[in-house]
Amino acid sequence: MTELNPYIPFLSEITEVIKHTEIEYTFRMTFNGDVKPGQFFEVSLPKFGEAPISVSGIGDGTVDLTIRKVGKVTDEIFENYVGDTLFLRGPYGNGFDIANYKGKEILLVAGGTGLSPVKGIVDYFSAHPEDCKGFTLLVGFKSPKDMLFKKDFEIWKKNINVIMTVDYPDEEYDGNCGLVTQYIPELMIKGLTDAVGIVVGPPIMMKCTISDLLAKGFKEENLWISQERKMCCGIGKCGHCKIDDTYICLDGPVFNYTKGKFLKD
Amino acid sequence: MGYQTTTEKMNAIFSDLSKDYLIYAPKRFVGDGTFTSIDTIRYGEITDLAEIEFAEKSDYSFKEVLLPISETLFYFTENEMKEADAPKKGAIVFLRSCDLHGLKRMDTIYLENGAVDTYYKRLRDHTKFILMGCENSFENCFCVSMGTQQSKDYDAYLKVDGDTVLVDSRWDYLDTALTDATPAPVIADSVTTNDTVVTIPETVPQTLFDAPFWEEYGNRCIACGRCNFVCPTCTCFTMQDIFYTDNGKAGERRRVWASCHVDGYTDMAGGHAFRNDKGQRMRFKVLHKVNDYKRRFGTHMCIGCGRCDDVCPEYISFANCINKLNTLVNDAAKEEN
Ligand SMILES: Cc1cc2nc3c(=O)[nH]c(=O)nc-3n(C[C@H](O)[C@H](O)[C@H](O)COP(=O)(O)OP(=O)(O)OC[C@H]3O[C@@H](n4cnc5c(N)ncnc54)[C@H](O)[C@@H]3O)c2cc1C
Ligand code: SF4
Ligand code: SF4
Ligand code: FES
Repeated sequence: MTELNPYIPFLSEITEVIKHTEIEYTFRMTFNGDVKPGQFFEVSLPKFGEAPISVSGIGDGTVDLTIRKVGKVTDEIFENYVGDTLFLRGPYGNGFDIANYKGKEILLVAGGTGLSPVKGIVDYFSAHPEDCKGFTLLVGFKSPKDMLFKKDFEIWKKNINVIMTVDYPDEEYDGNCGLVTQYIPELMIKGLTDAVGIVVGPPIMMKCTISDLLAKGFKEENLWISQERKMCCGIGKCGHCKIDDTYICLDGPVFNYTKGKFLKD
Repeated sequence: MGYQTTTEKMNAIFSDLSKDYLIYAPKRFVGDGTFTSIDTIRYGEITDLAEIEFAEKSDYSFKEVLLPISETLFYFTENEMKEADAPKKGAIVFLRSCDLHGLKRMDTIYLENGAVDTYYKRLRDHTKFILMGCENSFENCFCVSMGTQQSKDYDAYLKVDGDTVLVDSRWDYLDTALTDATPAPVIADSVTTNDTVVTIPETVPQTLFDAPFWEEYGNRCIACGRCNFVCPTCTCFTMQDIFYTDNGKAGERRRVWASCHVDGYTDMAGGHAFRNDKGQRMRFKVLHKVNDYKRRFGTHMCIGCGRCDDVCPEYISFANCINKLNTLVNDAAKEEN
């Protein structure tokens, strides 16, 4: 049998566009097939190129891609999504395995768009809170204007413990302020020996959060992170994502911290 | 099976083969080098054995036959994609033992590490490899240190000596074509020593990743990427979309060679980049060639052809770097004890 050409994307329909901020929209795309939170697709725009984008939600015959408008490919997606379709290839990467977290006490710490790759985990445990011992979502955004998934937060708040904070509040804002790390000391974690910590966000945020969680008593083997690197193929060929003997696109982007701590660019 | 034949006979066979194959071999391009007075030896199509440069090492490797510098993957219109056609003919490639080992490194990345690469496979499946022997080691070669000085994975070995050609064939087609030739024991020429000897440290601890050792390279390297481009085992690429007219919808996606020494290799959105320091890029490359690739795939990536040392405009020596690194690793281990 001839193998499928992995570089040729397929057409996927945009069934819905959810606008979070001026520059961040979720595109709900038709997709039938196995996919996990934390995996990613290459959004492939003829003439403009490709951009790896995490799966931010999994529906019945759909996947959500939450895209931040930052450059050549992503600008074009925002300007011309009226086309109703996008070319995709994937899903790629290992993704998060929900089974690793079932029955555990879970703390998920996300910074900004870092919430996208883990949103599927939050969705799952918000819908099935009985599948874990407790779920705390600690999220930080730059400012109230940068908040993503506002509607989802309304649902999550009913089922799981949610702490949201912003770095730079504005006049109307009356919630938590400051970095996510400020909220770690006060968190009540019952069984630190098996509590799970999942941390995704900008590199500095991940570094500080992990160090605080370790100081709090989390075990290294119970911590999980997701990494972003430049990617031109998603399938272990182009080399750009490689760190040491690890290909982020194949072996990651999700890593247990016992492995993730050795990733040195 | 070994044969002795003539250049005339062999050229006739290649002439027949050229109906189905393009024949690539290292050729001398006069006055084409960095300076006009210098020749380059690089791969090109040949029709006659006399065109092949047997006496010297090629400046560039054969890799562009299987991994073109710029390769069209598919053509697109707004809503349609069409895979680029494969070349109609297969390829025959003349190469040396070290490069034949390099082929295995390419296979590992393109056929085994993740999905099978359609474009590589379709070229690879229709390529035959003809070994050129090495009577002497060339400048900067260190194949013996890498264990790549001999290879059995050829379709044929061929040696030209005046009008005589010695062939060791593992290719049915050639065996048939050479039925009338004189059987002869043919053993491929290979070297047993090189002037350059490298000792590779067993493991390089991460604590040495930021050692001051790398700074010297940071000061000297100009990030030109030539060492990557001449390397038979460098396989990285970047995607590139081009379109035929500004407002038209039609165009093509290509992949083009990329280099981990060159700026932009790790750039991400928001201007974030890793390894801004050129010394760190040297560390990344060196350890890929002789450390982390082996941990992942079981053999070193470097095959010891020494072309990176031949080409570097700043006279940076990869071989020296490995040897100095070995000393550094040993010293660090001693300090710990
Ligand atoms: C595993 C993974 C998951 C990601 N998930 C998301 C997500 O869910 N939502 C989101 O908005 N963004 C995500 N990103 C980042 C996103 O891929 C980049 O923002 C996007 O590629 C920028 O493309 P652009 O053409 O619009 O920008 P460009 O015009 O290309 O330029 C912006 C910058 O992005 C760099 N860049 C170009 N291509 C890539 C690439 N393939 N990977 C990384 N950087 C690149 C360029 O070098 C340049 O510095 C993810 C990245 C990775 C690796
Ligand atoms: S490295 Fe060895 S096999 Fe390669 S060209 Fe030099 S002598 Fe020949
Ligand atoms: S050839 Fe020399 S100067 Fe150019 S990138 Fe390689 S090491 Fe640096
Ligand atoms: S993205 Fe190309 S090798 Fe990982």
